Amino acid sequence: MWTIYWARYLRVSVSANSLRTGVFHVKQNDFDVVIVGGGHAGCEAALASSRMGARTALVSLSAATIGIMSCNPAIGGLGKGHLVREIDALDGAMGRIADFAGIQFRLLNGKKGPAVQGPRAQTDRVRYRDAMQSEIFMASNLRVIEGEATDLIIERNEIRGIALADGQRISTRAVVLTTGTFLRGVIHVGDQSRPGGRIGEQPSVKMAERLQGLGVPLGRLKTGTPPRLDGRTIAWSKLEMQQGDDSPTLFSFLSDRPLARQIACGITHTNEATHAVVRDNLTRSAMYGGHIEGVGPRYCPSIEDKVVRFSSKDSHQVFLEPEGLDTSTVYPNGISTSLPADVQEAYVRTIVGLENVHIIQPGYAIEYDYVDPRALTPSLALRAATGLFLAGQINGTTGYEEAAAQGLVAGLNAACLALEREQVRFDRTTSYIGVMIDDLTSRGVTEPYRMFTSRAEFRLSLRADNADQRLTGFGRNLGCVRDRRWTEFSEKREVLSSARDRLQSRRFTARSISALGVQLNPDSENRSGLEVLALSDSSFSTVIALDPSFADVPPKIQQQLKTDALYMTYVERQLRDVLTLRRDEALIIPVDLQFDDIAGLSTELRTKLQKWRPATIGHAAKIDGMTPSGLLLILAKMRSVEKARSA
Amino acid sequence: MIVVTIFALATAPGKAGIAVLRLSGPAARAVAEELAGPLPEHGRSLRQLSDQRGEILDEALVLTFAEGRSFTGEPVVELHLHGSQAVIAAVTGALSRDQRLRPAEAGEFTRRAFENGRLDLSQVEGLADLIDAETEGQRRQAQRILSGALAKKCDAWRAALIRSAALVEATIDFADEDVPVDVWPEAGALMAGVAEELRSEMAGVRMAERVRDGFEVAIIGAPNAGKSTLLNYLAKREAAIVSEFAGTTRDVVEVRLDLDGLAVTLLDTAGLRDTEDAVEKIGIARAVSRADAADLRIHLILAGQAPILEVRADDLVVMAKGDLQRSGPSSTDIQSVSGLTGLGCDLLIDQVSMALKSRVAGIGLAVRERHRRAMSGAVEHLLAAVAQSERSVVQAELVADDLRAAIQALDSLVGRVDVDDILGEIFARFCIGK
Repeated sequence: MWTIYWARYLRVSVSANSLRTGVFHVKQNDFDVVIVGGGHAGCEAALASSRMGARTALVSLSAATIGIMSCNPAIGGLGKGHLVREIDALDGAMGRIADFAGIQFRLLNGKKGPAVQGPRAQTDRVRYRDAMQSEIFMASNLRVIEGEATDLIIERNEIRGIALADGQRISTRAVVLTTGTFLRGVIHVGDQSRPGGRIGEQPSVKMAERLQGLGVPLGRLKTGTPPRLDGRTIAWSKLEMQQGDDSPTLFSFLSDRPLARQIACGITHTNEATHAVVRDNLTRSAMYGGHIEGVGPRYCPSIEDKVVRFSSKDSHQVFLEPEGLDTSTVYPNGISTSLPADVQEAYVRTIVGLENVHIIQPGYAIEYDYVDPRALTPSLALRAATGLFLAGQINGTTGYEEAAAQGLVAGLNAACLALEREQVRFDRTTSYIGVMIDDLTSRGVTEPYRMFTSRAEFRLSLRADNADQRLTGFGRNLGCVRDRRWTEFSEKREVLSSARDRLQSRRFTARSISALGVQLNPDSENRSGLEVLALSDSSFSTVIALDPSFADVPPKIQQQLKTDALYMTYVERQLRDVLTLRRDEALIIPVDLQFDDIAGLSTELRTKLQKWRPATIGHAAKIDGMTPSGLLLILAKMRSVEKARSA
Repeated sequence: MIVVTIFALATAPGKAGIAVLRLSGPAARAVAEELAGPLPEHGRSLRQLSDQRGEILDEALVLTFAEGRSFTGEPVVELHLHGSQAVIAAVTGALSRDQRLRPAEAGEFTRRAFENGRLDLSQVEGLADLIDAETEGQRRQAQRILSGALAKKCDAWRAALIRSAALVEATIDFADEDVPVDVWPEAGALMAGVAEELRSEMAGVRMAERVRDGFEVAIIGAPNAGKSTLLNYLAKREAAIVSEFAGTTRDVVEVRLDLDGLAVTLLDTAGLRDTEDAVEKIGIARAVSRADAADLRIHLILAGQAPILEVRADDLVVMAKGDLQRSGPSSTDIQSVSGLTGLGCDLLIDQVSMALKSRVAGIGLAVRERHRRAMSGAVEHLLAAVAQSERSVVQAELVADDLRAAIQALDSLVGRVDVDDILGEIFARFCIGK
């Protein structure tokens, strides 16, 4: 399916000459959309924009770093797996590529209900990168440009293009910035620090200054990594090993089985000796030594944090995750740190199995600028300059999946802007993507934002198993879902709906159902096939036992119907909340509405509204101190502006 | 766009002759027909209202307004009930059980009217003030309910709910981390505990409602301004039937009376003055916060002095010790009263009763009804969550959903619980993170 080596031959570098001579039938602009950065956000943005038919360029410092997994070698998990499924449902790349590169698949929460199950995979870092590069290089409408994007060209608050370090200019209607941790990045190892966006790469300072010049509010965050270990020096025989699932759950609706050889991960634990080394050297830690001002994520504490904050715990779990099939590098998940290299070696060697381990690269903490995402619209466009979109860590998030999902949204919207089409909105009642965008743009962040299933109040209906039913049709209408997926999905939808109709119309007596051992009063009323499935101790085989003609329903569809039925009553209960929220979200506040001259609003509210510019009445309602009458006044203002315009 | 049908009490509370319950939205008529039998699309009918079990609730005048011909522009039904608290409670109870309805939020009828083009901008601006008053009324009511013992309980409920949600969510969102697996005994006990306390609280609320009242009127002024004399006079006046003396703390003395059909609690607050005495300071602080939460305040001032607290737009200001002033027209525009001779007291009573009656709908009873409904909704969801958590195979996501619904129902009492509150508890309690 993948021709990995193509990437090597197709790698394109566009020179200033070829741009000017018009290789791409340049009319007014060199490109419709320019993506800056080739990480997970940048890749998904570039692919989405190209699928929409926009002439797209992906600008990366080095084409060889496109699609690199710079942190842990895994995709998915709880909440995150949901995001990957949604990206896939919109025909994005992450799910397919993770399936291709997956070397261990585990469905998290497999024993819990389907709404909270999250697919996760260990991936081969090289395989992932190569597959992503070939996807990028083979995409139509998409060109890769090697160069350092140093500045934005903005005229009258509108994006006109970007400038590269070598002086080249690329003109475009829309730019998606996905600079990750590069904005004024600083890397800390112990008390040593130096500017850097990733190990061995320079930060972008000029871009940060440009954003600051636009009046965009910036903040500072930090994140950390563990030391990378040489697997050949680990005593694996002493360790508990964790295998993948017997029947792997993949990410993509188009995949059916893993393609790479599958491996196991090791599990070990820190101990009192480890903690003593950490404790004794706390003052030499970048974080505890006071060298870092940025805020780190609470759910991803460093080993220093764990030892200090949970001093009563004498042991912490460490997962030893191989980074791939053809490498000996191992990622020890659970011991990220900003201690000096010698201390890292000392504490790592106190851990069982790692007594003689060799550290390939010490762990480090990185601090970087992020943009307060409340400065963005729900299409991830910066309000300060038309045509400028931001996605990924620059918006205060963490995680590959969060970045990729934002990339998709920004790429779609950048393409829509360039093609003069309406902006695309994702809604918290229909997707995790919508939940994330809404959380970010209406509430901002206080620590790197990561997806959790508990963030989705409609969790029971936003499931990984129905992401295609929630989003593929939506994506097809937008134009980002290609024929192959659409055909497969349409067939599935057909089978599903006809089976559902049959279940709905077929009725069974309570007596016949209870005769099969299902807990039910035999004298109660008749049940439809769907209602039978909704009973907690029934399964699709119960229905088949009642009526053998249902045996022709394919197993995957059976599972889907059971899952839908399981949550039916809960989903109905949420419907009122969904409707209320949708109504408020549908009331879109014009971007140029002047809050300043709304009589009757307090000065405090006016200032807040003017600053954060809520996109919808739903967003405005979330502003601290907003009152029902305030909302009414805003609505009234919207109406009067509308009236004036149509008159 | 599908619209949810809403309902609320549209008239002032208290023992008025009639109470009007208003329903607006697509299901308004269908819902009303469940209580009243078939109704015309637009018109008025006299109907017996009965609940699902056929029990008669009241005989009511039912006005139906067709879509496009109502205040909100939506189909509207008005139930004109007899104004007894028992009847109102019974009918709102029956409506609350209907899944097609939810209680209206402050200003929601107005907002719908506006959205459906039934009001113009100038009308909206006027109504915005009204809604603010309504919101403010609810805030004051909440403040009053929440001061004292109940506030402490609400804090404890909130903590217990966050804690149980944190336990449940930790097993879901951090399944691959080092978190306890069998959280159900602890989470179940926390939830059942809150449900039990809510139940006993509700029983208390219902008992208290018969004795208690919708409105509090505070008399405030400097020490020796004659507050107690005035209070005693008002309490003994024949028109005002004193039902009870209560709360004989040194800080705030309450007298409950029935004023022109409205139940009123008069508060005699401690004299307000600067003091070094620590105990007296506390008393004064309480008096101020109690007066602040009151529905109406009577500022009793001495000749030549200014009111001690800021005078709100709807407060009454009267001159104390009117009997000591010279006869003849007063030197100021401020009306004089005397608790000793009764001078000006009838007028004052009229003013108080007028002021209270003109208050917008929903401040007293409806708000309390709101809280009662919040509690009963929460109990229902909590019990469902507890039942789920006691199954042999617990479906954590269903427990979580019931718990979420319970917390949402209760948010007017315990304050909004955000996912960040729950995550915060999880991160504080468990060492999460790889």
